[in-house]
Amino acid sequence: MVAARSSPLEAGIVKKELIELKINGRAHELAVEPSALLLDVLRQDLSLTGSKRGCDESSCGACTVLVDGVAMMSCTLLAASCQEQDITTVEGVSEHGSLAAIQKAYGDWGGAQCGFCTPGFMMTVKSLLAENPNPSEAEVRSALSGNLCRCTGYSQMYEAIKSAIEAERQGLAAAK
Amino acid sequence: MNNNFSIIGKPTAMIDAAEKTTGAGKYTDDLSVPGMLAGKILHSPYPHARIKRIDTSRAEKLEGVVAVVVGKDAPNPYGILPVGHDEHALAFDKVRYVGDNVACVVAVSEAIAEKAMELVDVEYEVLPAYFDPEESMKAQSDLIHDNKPGNLEKDYHHAFGDPDKGFAEAVHVAEARFIANEVTHAAMEPHSTLASFELDPHTGKLGRLTVWSSTQVPYYLQHKLSLVLEMPMSQIRVIKPLVGGGFGGKSEVIPLEIIAAVAARKAQAPVKITYTREEVFWAHRGRPRTIIDLKTGIKSDGRITSVKARVVQDGGAYCSYGVVTILYSGALLGALYDIPNIQYDGYRVLTNKPACGAMRGHGTVNVRFAFESQLDELAAKAGIDSAEIRQRNLLMPPCITVNGLRVQSYGLPECIEKTVERSGWKRRKGKLPKGRGLGIACSHYVSGAANSIIRSDMPHSTVNIKIDRDGGVVVYTGASEIGQGSDTMTAQVAAEMLGCSLSRVRVIAADTDLTPIDIGSYSSRVTFMAGNATLRAAEDVKKRIAAAAAKKMNCPAEELVFRDDLVFKKGSVPPVVKKDQAEEVEVTQAGASVSGRVEGQILRGSLQQKRKDEGPKEWMTFEEAVVAAIDFHGALTGTGSYAPPQEARGGKHKGAGVGPSPAYSYSAQVAEVSLDEETGEVTVHKVWAAHDCGRALNPVSVEGQIIGSVWMGMGQALTEEMVWKDGMLMNPGMLEYRSPSSVESPEIEPIIVESIDPEGPFGAKECSEGSLAATIPAIANAIYDAVGVRLHESPFTPERVLAALRAKNNSKRLNLTEGVDPTAPARFREHGGSLCFKGKGPERHALDPARREAPAAARGAD
Repeated sequence: MVAARSSPLEAGIVKKELIELKINGRAHELAVEPSALLLDVLRQDLSLTGSKRGCDESSCGACTVLVDGVAMMSCTLLAASCQEQDITTVEGVSEHGSLAAIQKAYGDWGGAQCGFCTPGFMMTVKSLLAENPNPSEAEVRSALSGNLCRCTGYSQMYEAIKSAIEAERQGLAAAK
Repeated sequence: MNNNFSIIGKPTAMIDAAEKTTGAGKYTDDLSVPGMLAGKILHSPYPHARIKRIDTSRAEKLEGVVAVVVGKDAPNPYGILPVGHDEHALAFDKVRYVGDNVACVVAVSEAIAEKAMELVDVEYEVLPAYFDPEESMKAQSDLIHDNKPGNLEKDYHHAFGDPDKGFAEAVHVAEARFIANEVTHAAMEPHSTLASFELDPHTGKLGRLTVWSSTQVPYYLQHKLSLVLEMPMSQIRVIKPLVGGGFGGKSEVIPLEIIAAVAARKAQAPVKITYTREEVFWAHRGRPRTIIDLKTGIKSDGRITSVKARVVQDGGAYCSYGVVTILYSGALLGALYDIPNIQYDGYRVLTNKPACGAMRGHGTVNVRFAFESQLDELAAKAGIDSAEIRQRNLLMPPCITVNGLRVQSYGLPECIEKTVERSGWKRRKGKLPKGRGLGIACSHYVSGAANSIIRSDMPHSTVNIKIDRDGGVVVYTGASEIGQGSDTMTAQVAAEMLGCSLSRVRVIAADTDLTPIDIGSYSSRVTFMAGNATLRAAEDVKKRIAAAAAKKMNCPAEELVFRDDLVFKKGSVPPVVKKDQAEEVEVTQAGASVSGRVEGQILRGSLQQKRKDEGPKEWMTFEEAVVAAIDFHGALTGTGSYAPPQEARGGKHKGAGVGPSPAYSYSAQVAEVSLDEETGEVTVHKVWAAHDCGRALNPVSVEGQIIGSVWMGMGQALTEEMVWKDGMLMNPGMLEYRSPSSVESPEIEPIIVESIDPEGPFGAKECSEGSLAATIPAIANAIYDAVGVRLHESPFTPERVLAALRAKNNSKRLNLTEGVDPTAPARFREHGGSLCFKGKGPERHALDPARREAPAAARGAD
């Protein structure tokens, strides 16, 4: 059996290439297959396991990350295509060693139950609020519609988002 | 009523919330160990076939492949129920559904394992397959399991009271067939298992096994692993990391959990297997599609005289929880309303589809849809308001129902009252514009099964508590946090009983080496049973602290109150309660200085000396009391167990073990829907859901569970459906399965009703499942109110609604439903009814039956 092994290259496994990714403000040099997906690189090569694999086809949103501030699903994004872009994962959301307002609010209002979809929601909400700091409920619903949750029925998330916006506002007012 | 508790009853963020919102928390697939290999499972492309030959040699030759595992590597059968040991780690002689497990390739990467799977040569002899349960029951040959004649897994025939006499007394009788199509959990986290053996220092061979798995039942997993691997349970450690949702889908041993362990043994290295989303759908174990033939009789005043139900469940290829599911369907006809006569005939049938198992509202949901729809129909016949007819059939607890279920706390009357009031039922019912309607329905569920699936007198939950010298409390519980708040509930109950702050309590859960046995997170048992065990463990340890503190304070232990991190004499003014009072500040500071320096002082013994000099005081801090107790007793630990009382364990008839519970939760709901008569689309605008949870230990969690249940019920009512064709699942993806998104989800107003159960921990009962079942009939009844059609087949997709409307108006029948009128369905249709799905389906294996020449069962195709 030892003698006659076929090599992975014959089996269609391709050689790795060096790429550079900037994730949560830090640069990483990585050797990945050209077909490597950003989600797999984050989870397996960098041990950033906060981004989750809930499906394999951009249907659930659990793998959402920000690429240059835009919420994108990393399960169908080639890692090699994200070079020279700023990637933010859920690990980069908490600020100065404390929970971001949206993270605290999701806990307080029950926006997270099993928590598997939560990292994706964190990223989607972050990108929503960056673009539209005071969204209506319809705008929130529409923004969240690409992220699926099977626990919460979404209702408590709306409260959490409202409360996070309020907390941010008060925080800003206090800082002034 | 908030009986002056300091921890429970207050909205509390889950103790693991930050782990979840920061992504720091680890789920099974987030774990890795050095030298870990990847496993991939080769699934059957045929619904029913004999395996004639498996040749793994080509796959084994691929560089990077470490082992290929097949059925003979682990021949012992297993199954979650002791009566249903009909599964093997990998197919032994036959495959019984598309997706059945044939072989497992272990390789250095998933990519190589996937390549190698194509090199496993399997020769099948295709057998005739059975997809329709009523057809399957007629099978004479090619049985799915040789020991199950007529492909019948199990049937039960129960009669309580005198059903025929009951119908003779009835003034109005309704009789109809209801069909509920199949739904699945689709928890966000795909199942994952990591298995790793240690080398034994004495034998030098593979020794202890550690398994990390996405499971709701770590102790059952340990038990089944021991059966298959022929290892003592004590040599197997099961650890449950964070679990990304279960809903019943992880409440039994899922094939990959066993396969990973067998693969790790053969590969002699740690192996992790994680299902793809498509594999999760194949693994299934969801709610079976069900045929319910239901007959109900009422008197002219609306009182139910008799109920007769014949239920056929399409159970799929293996037993799974099937025997329990079919029993729940009958047993929980009781305990909601006062029904004097019940006849139940239940058939759990095997078919060549993935096995069905337990799913949120286990066994009760589809029958409840039928029952509540029919009750609405009867109310209309008798000219009684739909809410009123439910109020006229209430139980008078405490009581034992005709089928032997003990009911004590019963918040249903208040649930109905509150939903009727909040929804403006009396004002608005029947008066909404055309195309818009209101519907009401009720449901209930067990707070844990009174009888474990493995019969024994063992307690169902045990909890240990250890308290350290600085007052840190560690609770060891086997209960499984799966997102429902199990760990938070445990911490809350312990903190409330010990009178300490929540931040002192750390919960170590669901690790079979560390935590005492708990049978798992299913049948909504955790709050009631593990909660009671926690309460008792805390009481046990508190007794020791109180004895030592009483000695210091020179008073009887019974006079001590534990609260807000203080121990004080009953009747004395608690020193720190209201923060805004001047005198309190001083004491708070004193308390703070004690805790700040406590460790050094304790070591020097000076604090005790100081106290001694000052003589007995009116109060102590929690730390001081703990130190006193440790000095007095030695290590400070406590333990508590819970076993359901004998009176709550049900009657004596065959199958009486399923259904009884120490307490039942109750729910009443009003749904407001509108309907587009052109497109058949139903929109749910709002659901008012009142749920009797006994006592809300954490109102945020209780509301979250109510909303989540109603939402999941709405999914089953409107969109979710597993679409089958020749035993193949046509929609194994989150979008194709149509799990509702935020845009499609209605406003849900949760209303907490507290009936304070006499046996629940602080009066609490379950809140995670009971609300689901009422949503489907509430929506069905609202659709009737809106447009006057009674849909007897779920989900109420646009094509079904349109077909029903056309049938009502006698207009041309709809091709989409093959001419079937969903108000009177006769049998399951291939494609279930979501016929807008015309695609060829997902890309599949080269041996896929969709590509095959036309072997075996080509019937039913269109």
